[in-house]
Amino acid sequence: MRDDTMTDSLKAKAQAAFKDLARDPGVPKPDPILVVDNVVRRFGGLTAVDVNHVEIQRGSITALIGPNGAGKTTFFNQLTGFDTADSGTWRFNERAMNGVPAHKVARYGMVRTFQLTKALSRLTVLENMRLGAQKQRGESFWRALVPGFWRGQEEEITERAEELLVRFKLDAKRDDFAGSLSGGQRKLLEMARALMVQPELVMLDEPMAGVNPALTQSLLGHVKDLREQGMTVLFVEHDMDMVRDISDWVIVMAQGAVIAEGPPSTIMSDERVIDAYLGAHHDAPLSEGELEAQLHEAEAELEAEIEEETQK
Amino acid sequence: MRRAVIAFTAFLGGLIFLLAGPAHAGPADCQGLRGTLKLQGQPVNGAKIAVTTESGQPVKEVTSNAQGAWDVQVDQIGKYRVTLDVSTLPQNSEVRGGNNVRTPTVYEGNCSTVLFALQPKAAAGQPPADTGQTTFWEQAAQLTFEGLNLGLIIALAALGLSLIYGTTGLTNFAHGELITLGAVIAYTFNVGFGIQLIPAAILAVIVSGGLGYAQDRLFWGQLRKRGTGVIAMMIISIGVAILLRNLIQFFFGAQNENFSDYNTQAGIVVGPISAAPKNFWAMGIELAVLIVVGLALMKTRTGKAARAVSDNPALAASSGINVDRVIRIIWTFGAAIAALAGIMLGVSQSLKFTMGQDILLLIFAGVTLGGLGTAFGALVGSLVVGVFIQVSTLWIPPELKSVGALAVLIIVLLFRPQGILGRRERIG
Amino acid sequence: MDWLTILTTTVHAAIGWETVVYGLAAIGVNIHFGYTGLLNFGQSAFMAVAGYGMAVTVVFLNLPFWIGILVGLAAAAVLALLMGIPTLKLRADYLAIVTIAAAEIIRLIFRSVYFKDIFGGSDGRRGFNGDFYAMNPYPAGHYGIGPFGFDERTMWFLTVGWAVVLLSCVVVYLLMKSPWGRVLKAIREDEDAVRALGKNVFSYKLQSLTLGGIIGCFGGFLYGLYNGAVQPDVFGTEMTFFAYTIVILGGAARVFGPVVGAMIFWVLFVFVGNTLAELVANGYIPFMTTIQVGPIRYALVGLGFILLLVLRPQGIFGDKREIAIDAR
Repeated sequence: MRDDTMTDSLKAKAQAAFKDLARDPGVPKPDPILVVDNVVRRFGGLTAVDVNHVEIQRGSITALIGPNGAGKTTFFNQLTGFDTADSGTWRFNERAMNGVPAHKVARYGMVRTFQLTKALSRLTVLENMRLGAQKQRGESFWRALVPGFWRGQEEEITERAEELLVRFKLDAKRDDFAGSLSGGQRKLLEMARALMVQPELVMLDEPMAGVNPALTQSLLGHVKDLREQGMTVLFVEHDMDMVRDISDWVIVMAQGAVIAEGPPSTIMSDERVIDAYLGAHHDAPLSEGELEAQLHEAEAELEAEIEEETQK
Repeated sequence: MRRAVIAFTAFLGGLIFLLAGPAHAGPADCQGLRGTLKLQGQPVNGAKIAVTTESGQPVKEVTSNAQGAWDVQVDQIGKYRVTLDVSTLPQNSEVRGGNNVRTPTVYEGNCSTVLFALQPKAAAGQPPADTGQTTFWEQAAQLTFEGLNLGLIIALAALGLSLIYGTTGLTNFAHGELITLGAVIAYTFNVGFGIQLIPAAILAVIVSGGLGYAQDRLFWGQLRKRGTGVIAMMIISIGVAILLRNLIQFFFGAQNENFSDYNTQAGIVVGPISAAPKNFWAMGIELAVLIVVGLALMKTRTGKAARAVSDNPALAASSGINVDRVIRIIWTFGAAIAALAGIMLGVSQSLKFTMGQDILLLIFAGVTLGGLGTAFGALVGSLVVGVFIQVSTLWIPPELKSVGALAVLIIVLLFRPQGILGRRERIG
Repeated sequence: MDWLTILTTTVHAAIGWETVVYGLAAIGVNIHFGYTGLLNFGQSAFMAVAGYGMAVTVVFLNLPFWIGILVGLAAAAVLALLMGIPTLKLRADYLAIVTIAAAEIIRLIFRSVYFKDIFGGSDGRRGFNGDFYAMNPYPAGHYGIGPFGFDERTMWFLTVGWAVVLLSCVVVYLLMKSPWGRVLKAIREDEDAVRALGKNVFSYKLQSLTLGGIIGCFGGFLYGLYNGAVQPDVFGTEMTFFAYTIVILGGAARVFGPVVGAMIFWVLFVFVGNTLAELVANGYIPFMTTIQVGPIRYALVGLGFILLLVLRPQGIFGDKREIAIDAR
């Protein structure tokens, strides 16, 4: 295990930051790493995302929850440059990020993973890892032709990759094709690969989806670890147990908007959340209007995905 | 099962016809040069043609007959010089490009067709201002008419391509060969067996439908079952195109041919438009078929099922639609109407083993312009492409008319990949 | 039956000019399709602009051979940008249609009567390879053993041709071992993942298209130099399709795959063609004429291509494991 006192202090520090905050959507944080204002995304007549204001505290683990079709993934896509917002601004480390293409977003230190894992199947696990490293000299065409230019750096990268693989218990698989890994191992690989970028903010889109329960604990541990190493984590999740277990702060989205914020221990008892989220899900039967609204949301989410596909 | 047997029999039957056909049609005792002189679709009688060897030894001089045809048989294979005596042409005409000498090669046991494309004298390049015979607007009307004719043919082919794409996701590069195949089968019935063109065409459409069914049942359906991806299938379809095209060339030869009926019809004039009656008939038939297919898509159970499958195959399957059956029906009808398109193309122009390949990209242009996978979009897109191609010859040389259409195809794909009618959400 | 001719032409085909020209086209396609996953169906266009760039510069503008090569290279690079910048953001099937259409546009322009003064219409251009053969260091004579061998002109051509092929293979080998090649292969697998890791996917795709196009363009030069002519209809979609067949035959994403593929392809193509022609000429296949041999062997290429893709998509020497994982 790691240094326990250090772990406790970082966790305590992260949670202390949230101590006296109001439970309102868009509440200002003491030291925000990401500040979002008026982000809107429409598909045809449907508004998938309409976020007025939200801030993400530096060095914390923030969960983003909400019913299906609430626009969480679409919101992720906006922030990371995978989809273009109709309007709005957001600042990462005081740097305006709207309109910045996806690869630059990652270079500035804001790295995401995907709901459907994107392991690069016909590359080995180690090659997957190496790809994540930034500023590689050998990635420029002319220098790639002369191995002398990049050999040294490649060795450093490999060393770092191997350390991470050991941490994520993938070192035995280093020379296997990523396509041969199990679903959970792919999630681990994707997270480890994202760490190769050395990000400040890690954005995880449903890190637990489709993961074998045996691996869940280890994945949870790795997410907590990120905070201990000074990174900020923002993740989308459906599993409330996991949210309660690891997050310091929870943001709730419904119908594209942020409707509530609060600490994980109390957020689920918030009226607005029960109404919008749990109410819609657990309190049967639904009225026709609610049903329709939900359908629209689901459709919006789907269309967002389609949109993402067509951008290719 | 019974259906499969019928289709397979039809498939075999078609192949046998194809094999047998050229034995009748193929001029085994023909070795020499021949051609047909036509001016705006009308035969040119009495034009003098001189054939010499490559070194200039005279071989024979002939005159074109009432059908505009001429024929010179030679004993030696090799290169020949064919000179058309321009002074014997009708007064108002000239050879397109100005060159009245051709140097074709005669191969063993084969007749080479020598082409002299004739055109009215003043029509080259600019619209004639001096003769005053046709004004710009008359020409534009004539070209629009020809464009609609071409557009309807493209639309027939595009409908099948678009439906197959919609239901299976396959971008079928072998669709052009379905067109050629239809035309060649009709030719086999018509010229090989001496059946009048209309029954021959009906037979050919039926046989082609059967071949389409068989193609899906025996090939594409099997690939889908194996889980072959759409991109892999698209690449495979290029192989299918090459295979079919060359098989057709193997049996049919590389020359241009015409059906034996409706070749020499006197043109009729309707307002500013002059065309052979067959063109009006062809357009009528094409339009009728398009309307019937459109209604079938809208009204019949199968048509609705087909549209449901296009929209969302998984959802359609879970709501009890037999997706495979729908796809097979689509293939059958797609191939049948592609065959009809080929026959119509053969009637209005001539038959060649590359006729489908040559028109394929224009079909893609029509389909993408209307929106991939939308049947009605394909129709509108095709008409626009057809008219655009013909009318553009008012300003650009006719040989470059396809360039314009292809440029439009590229521009559409770049800026509005969902087409002019497609909704953005539909793609993907 | 003239078995000796069949044997010698077949052996010659293994290292002959077709193998060189199509091998280069296939090396380019391998970079596009095998490594980057780009479906460029317009490879023939790169070869056409190269061949014509050289021919027109020498014949029409009366400039030296080397300038012709530079013009051809520049033309291929410009074509890569023109074709790539607008299309590389499109879906795979759209890219295929756009590139095939672009190649067709270029062919139609080259063969048009309208531009006949420049490009020579459907007869194309000839008479531009004098400077190339003037550099020939081989004295006149026959080089080889017994019936196998080449004259001095072919020797010179093959020396240069194979040097270019090997050089291209070395470049591909170096690049694909490097982090640059790693990015390309990653794009083939999933370009969004690559984007999320901070790589400029578009720029890499454009580099890949340009590199593959430039290597293909050497195929265009060598085609023109060997045949002494460039004609528009040579550079049709069939040429691109042959290159794809060769890549898949030899195994996609392998450095020597296209070279081995080209050798096998042309050996088979020449052997089958000549054997059929001999059989027909000697009356063993009574229902065929010599003229029908051409289409039948093209048809066999089509059939072989289909069977290869359906039954053995990893190619003859491909790594089964690599394909099996991502079974589509």
